[in-house]
Amino acid sequence: MMELGRVTGTVVATTIYEGLEGVRLLIVQPLDRKLQPRGRPVVAADGVAMAAPDDLVAVVASREASLALPPPFGPVDHAIVGIVDAVEDWTR
Amino acid sequence: MKIGRVAGTVVSTICVPVFENRKLLFVDLLDLDGKETGTDVIAVDVVGAGAGEMVLVLDEGNGARQVLEAPDGPVRAVVVGVIDELELLP
Repeated sequence: MMELGRVTGTVVATTIYEGLEGVRLLIVQPLDRKLQPRGRPVVAADGVAMAAPDDLVAVVASREASLALPPPFGPVDHAIVGIVDAVEDWTR
Repeated sequence: MKIGRVAGTVVSTICVPVFENRKLLFVDLLDLDGKETGTDVIAVDVVGAGAGEMVLVLDEGNGARQVLEAPDGPVRAVVVGVIDELELLP
């Protein structure tokens, strides 16, 4: 699944599995295209290394998330793959 | 693969390389009656699908990376076809 989300917080973890060192972890609330929350928030690795709280972001879930990090195949299941500048809803 | 309807677009300047110069669409997933399931996904467009068109969405990473020729790309969903007609056998 690739979906829209909003960064709502950060996570700091000191004791982590190898492959997660230096990876920014952010809390992301998934949204639909009308910017309404959908489901529960997730912890996502920041694949663009520039996402900040309150940013709209694109999130990829599942195994593909690990490919967003520099040495591939770190143990993550959600990753931010883009900072979203604009969303257009063509059904309104 | 899944069936969906093109419902919008996403613009992202700061993104992973696999999305650069690609069109990102919101696709509303549909059931076989053509009704919206209420779930929209972001998918990379490689066929030039337009607003409101019914499309075929590939939601699987290995296939998506093959389509985009990006072996290390963190991508999972790609719009791979525009559906002209759906026929359900009785």
